Amino acid sequence: MSALSASAAPPAAAARSRAAERLHAALRSPTLISGAAILGFWILCALLGSRITPLDPYADDLLATLAPPSAAHWFGTDQLGRDIFSRVIVGARDILIVAPLATLLGTVLGTALGLAIGYVRGALDDTVSRVIEALQALPLVIVALMALAAVGTSNVTVVLVIGFVFTPLIARTVRSAVLIESELDYVAAARLRGDGTLAVMFIEILPNVLPIAVVEMTVRLGYAIFFVASLSFLGFGIQPPSADWGIAIAENYSLIGSYWWTVLFDAAATASLVVGVNLVADGLESVFET
Amino acid sequence: MIARFLVKRALLSLITLAILSVVVFLGGQLLPGDVGRAVLGPLADARAVAVFNHQVGADRPLWIQYWDWIAHFLTGDMGESFTFRAPVAPFIGAALLNSLKLAALAFVLVVPLGIAGGVWAAMRVGRWSDRALVLLGQTLGVVPEFISSIVLILVFGVWLRWLPMSADWPEGAGGLTQLRYLILPSVPLVLVFFGYVARVARLGTIEALDADYTRTAILKGLSMPTVIRRHVLRNALLPTITVTASLLGYLAGGLVVIETLFHYRGIGALIYSAARAKDFPMLEAGVLTVGAVYALASVAADLLSAALDPRLRSGRT
Repeated sequence: MSALSASAAPPAAAARSRAAERLHAALRSPTLISGAAILGFWILCALLGSRITPLDPYADDLLATLAPPSAAHWFGTDQLGRDIFSRVIVGARDILIVAPLATLLGTVLGTALGLAIGYVRGALDDTVSRVIEALQALPLVIVALMALAAVGTSNVTVVLVIGFVFTPLIARTVRSAVLIESELDYVAAARLRGDGTLAVMFIEILPNVLPIAVVEMTVRLGYAIFFVASLSFLGFGIQPPSADWGIAIAENYSLIGSYWWTVLFDAAATASLVVGVNLVADGLESVFET
Repeated sequence: MIARFLVKRALLSLITLAILSVVVFLGGQLLPGDVGRAVLGPLADARAVAVFNHQVGADRPLWIQYWDWIAHFLTGDMGESFTFRAPVAPFIGAALLNSLKLAALAFVLVVPLGIAGGVWAAMRVGRWSDRALVLLGQTLGVVPEFISSIVLILVFGVWLRWLPMSADWPEGAGGLTQLRYLILPSVPLVLVFFGYVARVARLGTIEALDADYTRTAILKGLSMPTVIRRHVLRNALLPTITVTASLLGYLAGGLVVIETLFHYRGIGALIYSAARAKDFPMLEAGVLTVGAVYALASVAADLLSAALDPRLRSGRT
């Protein structure tokens, strides 16, 4: 019995040194560092918002509409004469609230669902897996369009819709990790001890599949930003008067022929944000793999 | 054996489609709550809403509505559009054809490129060039299509003036002209899916390079190009084909944005305008069509991999 429990619970010291090792690997990963720098920059912009912008991002100036980039307006002005540089800084805020919340919702629900179907298995697993597969036949943007057309668009519904759409995807990843963990000795030991199903699921298995859920969450965050940006561009995401980049591009892309600065900087900001998140996700993945 | 495998896969696709149709139906009928209210707006007269609901049959029990909808759908009657007051099917048909043209061009470009990239990376696995290609593909895969489209329009449409900025070609344009109009819209799709195809091709190639049959072929004295062509590629392509087919579903998501941006009358733009106008019959038909195309594509992928994989042919899966 003592041999079984010793092999079942990894010694705390070993776990701590493993964590330290991972931290070390994280600090040496160039992708993780550069991604974190980009992401950190945008988070800072989102937090400080109009406190660090040179001009009021929401103030119209009808005497200086569509002005090209200059010393006064680094990124030029839009159709209402608003300073694009200031708007790009402030525009980070809404997407950095909506996308992470949606991802968090999807991760929490998906992890719980994945734990349940992976550990309990049987008919529940079969049914849920079938429905998940059916849902995957549809692109997320289309599911989201349909749901948002039906329930109406607001930041809350966007979070809910993307969160629900992500749930089965994350559940599938967690499920396959749970399937592997369930075969291991510590789960058998916990069961022999007489722990209940919920206790085994959440106390024994969950901590061991958490790294996988975290990596999946960062990968999903990249996609969440992708979807929120796309939906905002389509008019089904973040709503005006937000300075959101997707909205700005939608409002100005008909002017692209003569006033390139009204879309290019917002496009570059969006691209840098998704690339930053993606670099972090990639870095985390390789850190957790070792 | 092979027939049984294919029948099983086809049945699974049918089940998937059935589940999907229920989901789509519920999305289009249940979520809006009062369909008449959603379509006519909050200011509409209550009697008008009731009349509208009665006219479109939204006041009947749900399961009768579903049965009615799906039975008609299967005979090609996809219902009547709220916006156009005309049957939905011809709109869907024309839009689907346009989208397939765009998707076909994107596929023709991305599949060879992705496979070449994946095999190239697999040959130098672990080196920085391998890592760089994987990271590049992954990064391109998360940049939203409307962002890459904007940049492409700016560079090739506005600044260089090489290609038209919209996909809306003049009436009666020939095949080559159409192709010219479709190049720019297809590139964002290629960028998004390149990394995906390359990753699967890379993994397949690494696995095939590692396999016993490859070692045997090398030890037999076959030249490396022959080994790659005969043994490695063939095995590496299998998973790539299956994955590529599943891309077709995701492709439609990209089409929503790209077709809207390039003014192209495809199924994505149709779904988008239906969603904006709350034209639920059109929306449901469009979404279900996308699902059906996906199901067909995955059956086609199964057929293809069966044709390529001798293990499947003999029934040893």
